[in-house]
Amino acid sequence: MSEKEIITRLKKIVEPYVQRIEGMANFHEETDFLNDLQINSANLVDVVLDVEDEFDIEIDNDSMEGMLTVGDAKSIIQKKLAS
Amino acid sequence: MDNNFILSQLPYSSPFLFVDKILEVNENSIVGEFTFSPDLDFYKGHFKNNPVTPGVILTECMAQIGVVCLGIYLFNNNGNNGEKQKVSLTSSEVEYLKPVYPGEKVIVSSEKQYFRFNKLKCRVKMKDTEDNLVCQGVIAGMMFQEEAKK
Repeated sequence: MSEKEIITRLKKIVEPYVQRIEGMANFHEETDFLNDLQINSANLVDVVLDVEDEFDIEIDNDSMEGMLTVGDAKSIIQKKLAS
Repeated sequence: MDNNFILSQLPYSSPFLFVDKILEVNENSIVGEFTFSPDLDFYKGHFKNNPVTPGVILTECMAQIGVVCLGIYLFNNNGNNGEKQKVSLTSSEVEYLKPVYPGEKVIVSSEKQYFRFNKLKCRVKMKDTEDNLVCQGVIAGMMFQEEAKK
């Protein structure tokens, strides 16, 4: 799966949880879930669960803790898809 | 785990404790009960001369039994023995079907939807003693380890 496709799918997953809509106009690897999109920690859990379903992968606690930006999420998804 | 242990870990006290007893609990579900004493303060104002239990209090009762008590059970059953935990309510979506009057007993049952990354999300139902559905919904909370005082 291409990086572009992963990010496109990710954008669709996070959309319902975003509080700061402006953050979506400029959705790139440095976009930070908490600060740029204002997704709170409870909703970030739902984002991760949706990511698991969408990509058919399992995300462990350590990966979850390192998932602060879109780029972090993309790398984790790539790594899990490859393993 | 002793059901009384769960009750002893609850961070509430009267007049904001809405759990009397845990009837059963396991990894996936919990059942508990509470009787609304006619002396509870909010009946004086909700409503004037017509006491009915407020919906927010029914939600609180469902959250205390269905999410907090189950959360304490799951948290302590997963290797966090002895450490105090805090729970914050993070979302609730509830529909109310039947009024609850002073003195009534309710039975709350909750089914875990998931407990991942310290978030517990449950489908919760409240029934009266005649098995009529009083309210139902989906409630979620996040569990935190209590930090040492600085």
